[in-house]
Amino acid sequence: MKEAKIVTRDLTLHYGLKMALNSINLHIPEKEVTAFIGPSGCGKSTFLRCLNRMNDLIPSVHIKGEILIDGLDIYQKKIDVVNLRKKIGMVFQKSNPFAKSIFENVAYGPKINGISDKKKLTEIVESSLKNAAIWDEVKDRMHDSALGLSGGQQQRLCIARTLAVEPEIILMDEPASALDPISTGKIEELIFELKKKYTIVIVTHNMQQAARVSDHTAFFYLGELIEFGKTRKIFTAPDIKQTEEYITGRFG
Amino acid sequence: MNSDQAKSGYTFTAESLRKKFRFSEFFAEKLITSVAFLSIAVIILIFFFVFRESLPAFKHRPKGTTEENRVSAGNKPESYGSNESAEALQKPETYTGAEPAAAVNKPETYGEVKDTSVSADEVNPDAKFRTSESPDSEGSLSSLFSNEWFPVSENPRYGLIPLFVGTLKVTLIAMLFAAPIAILAALFSSAFAPAWLREWIKPAIELLAGFPSVVIGFFALMVMATFFQNVFGYETRLNSFVGGAAMALAAIPIIFTITEDALTAVPRTYTEASLALGASKWQTAVFVILPAATPGIFAAVLLGIGRVFGETMIALMATGNAALSSLNPFESVRTLAATIGAEMAEVVFGDMHYGVLFLIGSILFIFNFTLNALAEFYVKVRLVRKIQGRGA
Repeated sequence: MKEAKIVTRDLTLHYGLKMALNSINLHIPEKEVTAFIGPSGCGKSTFLRCLNRMNDLIPSVHIKGEILIDGLDIYQKKIDVVNLRKKIGMVFQKSNPFAKSIFENVAYGPKINGISDKKKLTEIVESSLKNAAIWDEVKDRMHDSALGLSGGQQQRLCIARTLAVEPEIILMDEPASALDPISTGKIEELIFELKKKYTIVIVTHNMQQAARVSDHTAFFYLGELIEFGKTRKIFTAPDIKQTEEYITGRFG
Repeated sequence: MNSDQAKSGYTFTAESLRKKFRFSEFFAEKLITSVAFLSIAVIILIFFFVFRESLPAFKHRPKGTTEENRVSAGNKPESYGSNESAEALQKPETYTGAEPAAAVNKPETYGEVKDTSVSADEVNPDAKFRTSESPDSEGSLSSLFSNEWFPVSENPRYGLIPLFVGTLKVTLIAMLFAAPIAILAALFSSAFAPAWLREWIKPAIELLAGFPSVVIGFFALMVMATFFQNVFGYETRLNSFVGGAAMALAAIPIIFTITEDALTAVPRTYTEASLALGASKWQTAVFVILPAATPGIFAAVLLGIGRVFGETMIALMATGNAALSSLNPFESVRTLAATIGAEMAEVVFGDMHYGVLFLIGSILFIFNFTLNALAEFYVKVRLVRKIQGRGA
């Protein structure tokens, strides 16, 4: 296993009085793909959203424990959430391009980071779209509305938008769950390419997808981390019976 | 075949699936449809009426008759009853429009009302100085484009330009106040205010929308006029600036409410996406939420303009009501709506002045239609395309 990029220590999260995550300890390795699997409501998305502090938006959430990224606790008081999120990109379950043109969607991140040079922006947009494998499909319609793209294209555009900010970590919350198999295939190929440069954490309901794209898999159940290990091992010889039953489809 | 089905106990029988006539639904549907058509018809009829009544303004009338009746206009409306020379006046029901032909075709008959009162000067003091000018060309269409609004002078002139200038000036001033304040307030309420505060702000401002405009006018007349005079030190106490500021008070709740709804309707996923890219709350609000809500905000501002444009009571009370076409915001103005409000009750039925007031009514009508059409066909398409990309 490579060096851990993200380490969580006894991470516990409550929504009001309800416990959603119970004492999670996890090492997410750098520049590999880590998949979170588990039935709905098991806390995997909640956990993902802890990693870029998106849960801060929900007033009733209380978090205990630590999340260390490169050894730094991101829940310290001194941490600026805005700058933190610049380094941790996120792709959502439902593709959510802004009601702007394709170009403006991708250029938004660099723009708010203070890049105003038109030439530089164009370069960033082009390379981001190329890296997200959507350049050829949109290069002739950069100033059309992003909402006119198909679902799969929108999702890849969202990935391009994330890449444009040059994050180190990319969090993906069921990025392909609303897409057809062809678009899903494209996203998966893309993930395979992206892991050369980025640390990727992906939440998925699709067991085959986890098996195909990830290097490590974490199985969550009822807010607890049941098992974590190499994907090959989790899918072929899991240590814990619950994991095996879930993967083979006997429950969940 | 049918008997087979009955015997074998099928549930999909022609009997059980026969078309039913649902009377209450049919009735409700027709009722709703007719109510909808009725309301459209009423609007069309109102417009038709207003426009028809304004037709006399376009007619040249014989001199003499047109001039004399002017004098009676403001002072003794009760003389309608005592002068029974004109056939139309013997039938008061013509006022209700029951005999429209009489009103349109024979407006001159009303002109025979002769009133000896000469106190028209009280209504428009300026008339004193205009008593003996040549009567021809007066009271005709050409005077509509003149710069003088002296409808009850002996030598009446119906120049609409000062009224237009006044109305546009007040509207502009009101929108310069109202639009930024209302939009920023809505942005604060929807994007920055904590939930408990939002629950207070929104109803509180919406309550303002129900404020009677006469109260706002009174407030402007007594408080705002004095305050602004102390601050800016202008000469005329009641002017377009005070009127505009007062009308802004009336327009702010409308613009605020609709803008707030438009901003709140922007999907939460946009906010999340923007924040996840490392944008601050402020950047998200200004660069993502605001542009996404453009059509709604635009509609809000248009409604605000419509409100101010047609506002009568505040204009009557706070703008000074002098028909001057100056661009100085601290001069008194007379708006189109206030002109109708002030003069309609005292005008001679069917006369040129009467027609011109209705013409003003038609203009207000047409203006609002044009405004909305413009919004629909031009600004919505162009502006939204520019901000949200082609094909949005």
